[in-house]
Amino acid sequence: MSEINLAGVAVQIDEDGFIQDTGKWNEAVAKALAETEGITGLSEDHWKIINYLRKYYLEFGIAPMIRKLCKETGYDLKTIYELFPSGPAKGACKIAGLPKPTGCV
Amino acid sequence: MASLPKPDELAGINYNPPRTGWRDTPVEFRRGTYCYGAKPKNLEAVGLPNPRDWSPEDQDWKLPENWKEIILEGLRERLGRFRSLQIFMDACVRCGACADKCHFFIGSGDPRNMPVLRAELLRSVYRRDFTTAGKIFGKLAGARDLTEEVLKEWYYYFFQCTECRRCSVFCPFGIDTAEITILARELLNLVGCNIDWIAAPVANCYRTGNHLGIQPHAFKDMIDFCTEDIEKVTGVKVEPTFNRKGAEVLFITPSGDVFADPGTYTLMGYLMLFHEIGLDYTFSTYASDGGNFGLFTSHEMMKRLNAKMYAEAGRLGVKWILGGECGHMWRVIHQYMGTMNGPADFLEEPVSPITGTRFEHARSTKMIHIAEFTADLIRHNKVKLDPGRNNHLKVTFHDPRNTSRAMGLFEEPRYVLRSVCNHFREMPENTIREQTFCCGSGAGLNTDEYLEMRLRGGFPRANAVRYVHEKYGVNTVACVCAIDRAVLPTLMDYWVPGVGVAGLHELVGNALVMQGENDRTTDLRGNPLHGREEGEDV
Repeated sequence: MSEINLAGVAVQIDEDGFIQDTGKWNEAVAKALAETEGITGLSEDHWKIINYLRKYYLEFGIAPMIRKLCKETGYDLKTIYELFPSGPAKGACKIAGLPKPTGCV
Repeated sequence: MASLPKPDELAGINYNPPRTGWRDTPVEFRRGTYCYGAKPKNLEAVGLPNPRDWSPEDQDWKLPENWKEIILEGLRERLGRFRSLQIFMDACVRCGACADKCHFFIGSGDPRNMPVLRAELLRSVYRRDFTTAGKIFGKLAGARDLTEEVLKEWYYYFFQCTECRRCSVFCPFGIDTAEITILARELLNLVGCNIDWIAAPVANCYRTGNHLGIQPHAFKDMIDFCTEDIEKVTGVKVEPTFNRKGAEVLFITPSGDVFADPGTYTLMGYLMLFHEIGLDYTFSTYASDGGNFGLFTSHEMMKRLNAKMYAEAGRLGVKWILGGECGHMWRVIHQYMGTMNGPADFLEEPVSPITGTRFEHARSTKMIHIAEFTADLIRHNKVKLDPGRNNHLKVTFHDPRNTSRAMGLFEEPRYVLRSVCNHFREMPENTIREQTFCCGSGAGLNTDEYLEMRLRGGFPRANAVRYVHEKYGVNTVACVCAIDRAVLPTLMDYWVPGVGVAGLHELVGNALVMQGENDRTTDLRGNPLHGREEGEDV
């Protein structure tokens, strides 16, 4: 666990760069997290996915199923990987400030 | 995340031992080969000792001042409680029959992954402090002092064993090295040295009933999504119920089936089958995971996390419990639950309401495995199946370490597979059934920071799949475990590209002919039934 500065906000991150306090997330933090993933400049497509993840997380307390993410946003998995090279969980969820899923996944 | 070597590099395994002896070769915590340390919040959630920020790479592990006394006292107590441990410590003659049976040794060439030597890491400390010869003759009697270096070595190697028990099959004394690992992990937990990939699911399970931390409304949302997909594929609307009192059967499956692909397709298969036979069943949103990472923490934690099964069965007033496709959950159920959290006298001996079959072997636990249940349905001709719908799949079967070596479930899944698929091929016989090779990621080691070691540990399994892939064109590994479904796709993509992974009941769902269904044009994944498209496995 270490503390880093993301867009002027001091946040705790885990070894894989997931923020620990999802309450500290904002759009500027998302942009800074995207840079840690090698994504410079978040497009409308990126935001559509990030916003859906945030909305689902705030309602349900967990990331959506990947198939639901694809269905609700209209992007197939291949496109999501193009947008977030580390994938929906390790890339998109991280940038959206969601915790890392654990267990039999 | 560590960069991953190419398969050709990783397959170049060096079986020459290091120049220095194992006692004098320090452990190197190299990225990709060890798991992150448990986060304080996850230890605090269940009251485990010594919560703190730490990393196995740190020099200072922030152990309690009296850590050595804690471990030795813990060992003393366990030698008294578990006669098996005492025997396993004393009985080994170091014959080496187990040495080359471990998937981690085969995949890494590291001598300390020979089960005999892994056990020796603990046994040497046992000799020093608990045997007269060791107290007097020390190193000459194979004894060594417990130091921080030894503790770090324990952490590295006891979290480099998936408790799969393949080695035990070959031990002439029947030493169960998995039990040694289980107890060594208990000792490590006494001083706060768990891995986070186990500690986080344990904390989640304690709070919400499942590893992922899925709350009731999210649990329902996920299953609703699957029912919508079933309707899309079959035209049939299935209507599962949640926390319904008075249902005949409580169904408990791993939360991986509810949340993560390809397990969700297996869940669709269960839902379709239950609908078709008109089973009076309910889900519980608290007993919402059969998986139990407490087994990888301590006996006490296993018991605590398992207790919800009988508690929910009692609260809902069901007659018996049906369990889904999970591996380690069955080890807990089959070997511990009946006495640990039982007797469940308020439940009845399971009887299939469809066939009338009485599952006498489950008299104690009151819980049966879905492969047994489905095999019985097929045997009595109670379901209509069209195996041709799986003709695009050439299937082999991976026996999970736990359902095979901990409960002897060999025939039922194969009987179901042969009924729902036309193309089924076995892997070589020394890699299946009781000799099955582990996926390399079980016992809480299915985390991504550990990927290199997972791929090394999974290499023997992948190699056997590769054999049937090349010889018979096998393109699908069927399995009955959620960890398998989570990790085998990665393992296959790395070692045997072109082979996908499916749960048994996904294939049942494909083949199941339902009343009032549409003309099926796709399988459950939406792939055309004839001429499978590439790249569909996610």
